[in-house]
Amino acid sequence: MTESGGTAGGTSRRSALMKIGLFLNGIVGAILAVPVVRYILSPASHALRGGYASWIPIGDLKEFPAKETRLATYRNPVVNVWDGSTADIACWVRNVDGQKFQVFASNCAHLGCPVRWFPQSKLFMCPCHGGAYYEDGSRASGPPDRGLFELQYKVENGKLLIQTGQLPTPGGNTAKAASAGKPECA
Amino acid sequence: MRLIQTIGEWLDARLQVGATLRETAEHPVPRETASWFYVFGSAATVVFILQIVTGILLSSIYVPSAGEAWNSLQVLNHDVTLGWFIRALHGWGSEFMVAIVLIHMIQVLMFGAYKYPRELTWIVGVFLLLLTLGMAFTGQVLRFDQDAYWGLGIGVSITSRAPVIGPAIVNLMLGGPIIAGTTLSRFFAAHVFIVPGLLLLLIGVHLLMVIKLGINEWPMPGRVVRKATYVQEYHEMTRKDGIPFVPVAVWKDLFFAAFILLCVAGCAAYFGPFGPTGRPDPTIIQTAPKPDFFFLWLYAVLSLLPPELETAALFVGPLIGVAVLLSLPFVAGEGEKSWRRRPVAVLCVLLVAVSWGTFTNLAQHAPWSPAMEAWSGSPVPPQFLKDRTALERQGALVFQEKQCRNCHALDLQGGTRGPALDSVATRLSQDQLIRQVIQGGGNMPAYGKNLNPAETTALVSFLMTLHPPDRTRSRVASDAIAHP
Repeated sequence: MTESGGTAGGTSRRSALMKIGLFLNGIVGAILAVPVVRYILSPASHALRGGYASWIPIGDLKEFPAKETRLATYRNPVVNVWDGSTADIACWVRNVDGQKFQVFASNCAHLGCPVRWFPQSKLFMCPCHGGAYYEDGSRASGPPDRGLFELQYKVENGKLLIQTGQLPTPGGNTAKAASAGKPECA
Repeated sequence: MRLIQTIGEWLDARLQVGATLRETAEHPVPRETASWFYVFGSAATVVFILQIVTGILLSSIYVPSAGEAWNSLQVLNHDVTLGWFIRALHGWGSEFMVAIVLIHMIQVLMFGAYKYPRELTWIVGVFLLLLTLGMAFTGQVLRFDQDAYWGLGIGVSITSRAPVIGPAIVNLMLGGPIIAGTTLSRFFAAHVFIVPGLLLLLIGVHLLMVIKLGINEWPMPGRVVRKATYVQEYHEMTRKDGIPFVPVAVWKDLFFAAFILLCVAGCAAYFGPFGPTGRPDPTIIQTAPKPDFFFLWLYAVLSLLPPELETAALFVGPLIGVAVLLSLPFVAGEGEKSWRRRPVAVLCVLLVAVSWGTFTNLAQHAPWSPAMEAWSGSPVPPQFLKDRTALERQGALVFQEKQCRNCHALDLQGGTRGPALDSVATRLSQDQLIRQVIQGGGNMPAYGKNLNPAETTALVSFLMTLHPPDRTRSRVASDAIAHP
């Protein structure tokens, strides 16, 4: 064997050492990949833990007169300090008859644009693609194939609480068709 | 000059790249490629460099925080010296870059430059186009205003519809449960690091292949590409009649790049920066968001597609489109390059261009959207009230108050979601109008629960007056009995 390892045996040994080195780097890389992948996928795993649906108050009952639909706003329950005004969310609250309520997300069920309530015609209208909904949130016309997203509500100590925390989307788990929302207690 | 030369020689003695650069710059290219048709790739690269420079300048002020991004854009627009101009350069540079990349792609397609042996150059180019569109979309999000917020909401809604994995991808996109701070941080990382990094890498690969494989020759009818002979024929062509890229061919690239930069600067100076529009506050719902210019066609398609086709079209359509582009050099890797002998390619480009132009134009007018303020902002024109009875005028009031005007125009004012009603009485009889108002249909909500009988009577009475003086009202045979 020469000093430079030029013999067949030396070449073979150094070649084997190189392969072991590559293998070691592969192992270390795979180990490091675990926390990296978990870091990247963490938003999805947070959702699976169910932390995105919390009961929060949106106002006193007297703020929502019977047979009227009013805009309510709340601070999203899952929030970071640097979220600014993006964590302030709006929803439409319909007091059906003084006892029963319906709470709709302000996002159109078509593609999420903000719907506006027109009390005169008793319609929700979307400015983006022309979706329209009746006062009970059911689809009236336009591209949406369903009613508005309806949020669960309950009444406690004279306050209206809704279960929320996640942006409703057409394919999302939180999306329920309008008129599906039922009070937890009244 | 001697000092510069001395410094250059000193550097080259250590870097050892001068000879390689000189050889690359002076490599022979086909004589006909010194053409104004061959300048778009270099122009796109120059605009990309402009985007990097202006992007770095903006990042020295911009705050990628949901709570502060909008304020930092206001500071750039109003408080920082020429901050508005740098923003405008970046915004208009984005528009020009997308446009030039698209034109470059059409030129490559029409000149058959994707054929053997440049298949991989084309495939990398397709990914460069997708990344450029990715830059445009993520850049729109960083302009964190109402349009950006709700536009991202639309993107999220589309993504959520993906079968099985949709909701999980939405959570990954947002970085949390709602569009907020973590979302903007993710898009900032994508816009500033991930997508530009991939762009730089792929531009390098793209240019390397352009140099190694040679610039595509001018396509001549009858000059057919055959894998067995093409490379030899190409080298023969450049050996016999080639010209050095630098300086013989490059001057047109330089002139065009300067012209494009001047156009970007001119647009930036004249039109100014894009937004920001209103604050990204989801409780401000009086907004009608629209995407940036190059995504307007999608906005129109999403309005016009039947609901049952939307999800399939949103996910299958783009996949098919990209698959067609990627498979093109393998399906048509040989044969004629000249567009004069490739009518299908020409028709495809024309079809896509006309469709894109039509949808973009439609989206700018958005006839499918209600005019949300028309009911209170556009009064009934006087000619429709003159010589009317009290009941008919009461009907005009109902017509306005019930927001009919948001979807129906009178005298070209009002919404265009439904038909204009200037002459509705010539199309529908009294009974048909009553049925339409109460039951709706044809994309109109039913107003049966929202109108009492007196309002319905007044409204229909008013609608029955809407016909030109020289045309009679529509009547059906039973009218004589039902409404004597």
